[in-house]
Amino acid sequence: MTSNSVSVRDLSLSFGAVTVLDNLNIDVADGEFLVLLGSSGCGKSTLLNCIAGLLDVTEGQIFIKEKNVTWEEPKDRGIGMVFQSYALYPQMTVAGNLSFGLKVAKLPQAEIDKRVARAAEILQIQPLLKRKPSELSGGQRQRVAIGRALVRDVDVFLFDEPLSNLDAKLRSELRVEIKRLHQSLKNTMIYVTHDQIEALTLADRIAVMKGGVIQQLADPMTIYNTPENLFVAGFIGSPSMNFFRGEIVERDGRKVVSVNGVDLSVDSYKARGPIETGSQVVLGVRPEHVQVDEASTGTDVHDAVVDIEEPMGADNLLWLKLAGQTMSVRIAGARRYAPGTPVRLSFDMGLASIFDATTENRL
Amino acid sequence: MADTIAPNPNALDPNASSARLAAGPRGKKPRPVLAPRNIMLYGALIFAAIYYLLPLYVMVVTSLKGMPEIRLGNIFSPPVEITFEPWVKAWSTACTGLNCDGLSRGFWNSVRITIPSTVVSIAIASVNGYALANWRFKGADLFFTILIVGAFIPYQVMIYPIVIVLRELGLYGSLTGLIIVHTIFGMPILTLLFRNYFTSLPEELFKAARVDGAGFWMIYFKIMLPMALPIFVVAMILQITGIWNDFLFGVVFTRPEYYPMTVQLNNIVNSVQGVKEYNVNMAATILTGAVPLFVYFVSGRLFVRGIAAGAVKG
Repeated sequence: MTSNSVSVRDLSLSFGAVTVLDNLNIDVADGEFLVLLGSSGCGKSTLLNCIAGLLDVTEGQIFIKEKNVTWEEPKDRGIGMVFQSYALYPQMTVAGNLSFGLKVAKLPQAEIDKRVARAAEILQIQPLLKRKPSELSGGQRQRVAIGRALVRDVDVFLFDEPLSNLDAKLRSELRVEIKRLHQSLKNTMIYVTHDQIEALTLADRIAVMKGGVIQQLADPMTIYNTPENLFVAGFIGSPSMNFFRGEIVERDGRKVVSVNGVDLSVDSYKARGPIETGSQVVLGVRPEHVQVDEASTGTDVHDAVVDIEEPMGADNLLWLKLAGQTMSVRIAGARRYAPGTPVRLSFDMGLASIFDATTENRL
Repeated sequence: MADTIAPNPNALDPNASSARLAAGPRGKKPRPVLAPRNIMLYGALIFAAIYYLLPLYVMVVTSLKGMPEIRLGNIFSPPVEITFEPWVKAWSTACTGLNCDGLSRGFWNSVRITIPSTVVSIAIASVNGYALANWRFKGADLFFTILIVGAFIPYQVMIYPIVIVLRELGLYGSLTGLIIVHTIFGMPILTLLFRNYFTSLPEELFKAARVDGAGFWMIYFKIMLPMALPIFVVAMILQITGIWNDFLFGVVFTRPEYYPMTVQLNNIVNSVQGVKEYNVNMAATILTGAVPLFVYFVSGRLFVRGIAAGAVKG
């Protein structure tokens, strides 16, 4: 075996007749930041609970640091865990919360003090040590919760949607802090979230999950630019990718995707294999991969009319009608278009994605 | 835009606001004290209060009168000559069957029954509830169902079998036997109460404690118990009042020297020899009811808070 920090092999989990995870395999390298991403009910939290040992698996094995921990108690697995609801012990002070696990493990008091002091310093919560959780703000509570994982001095950190209970501003602050923590500690981290921004910004690799199955496991840029199937393409990206149902036809010896009479050339598309003429496909184009330019001419340029404009400060989102379908285009914030303005759209087909309409896999 | 940003020229003028406001309703809406709504509301409340307080009033008044005054028949009139004689008699010299030492014996019997029964039943039920809520062991659902079904079986059905069981154990007629019976019969409702409360606590707290390495008892004592104080108060009130007011088990499972206060009260009130001493009976009844009444007064607010905490959370 290689130096994998966490390995999940042929893992299955079912509650009675309901199968939540089915034959799942994943390897997490030492020091890697892996994000499990998916909508609720996709099994991502269940997988994390299995790794933590809080759920008994039905079939398969879990290795942490090359050691088979499938039957081990959570405390013997060398993991620390941070929960969405912080899960701080309400009747204990912050210091009490941090030291509880160490006291249970019967560590000498000097060692406990040392570790609590170190964690408090890293997370800058020294002034809060004597307070009760009820006297802390949400961000401070989550910091303490991270500290509780930190004092355990473990190899693997597990995060179960740690930022979902915070407001938007705190969320982005703590996100940066978690990233900084990972960069300085270099521990293995497995992070569950349904927020794609958190996934894209934090992860070394993202595992997009659906129905207990990993849809794609790759680094954030690969996932964003070359999604493996229609689900991943639609799940990642905000506003989401524009999809057009079409057919591959030949026009003047060139293959194009024909969408309700609007033709887009596939010459510059980096296909995995040959794209057969006559096949039904779904074309996916991200909003920022379309240029709005009145002057441009060429093969992949089409006329459209602005329907709605959504200015967001840094950029401006236009909703347009093309080939009888609504699509969105992201442009610079300074460029404004009133509703009803006719524009010309030029598609960057080299950055587009084409999926088979029946299998929904990337072509 | 400009006129909203510019300083208001009228800002310092106290009379300026009257210029901005139109005639007609302004500020708080006036509500007359004698609105039909208020009359209905307070009328109903006062009626209900009188309905419940009147018997208590009659009892207190009667218990403070001497027998000649009671024979006049004015049960609502306040005592002309206040006497505490009936209270003393009820507590220390009233006759129940063979003994003539009043309710005091029954009082101490009830204390000796209620305290251990309450403590033991709550201790066991809280651990039951915690185990059922957090440690999903095999057969937990079945166990819980059986326990709940047990709560719906009428007591009368079980009395004779329990008499036999206690007899075989050599506990029939003893205080220990009665305490065991009270503990068992308190189990379904108390377990349900604790299970629901512990289920309402965030599950992640339990998970965090497990990751921290705490075991079954460590989590119970260090994490769950300190968070469960409201529900402990609720359970305590339910058990203290329930067991104190119990008559059936007390009369069935104990011997006369261990009769609880309720049974003794019945024996005093229903004694057939001599004159009916209404004042002594009233005093004895108030004395018997004093403990549950005191418990409600002291912890009523905590009780409501505990019930609400158990119901709303989660």
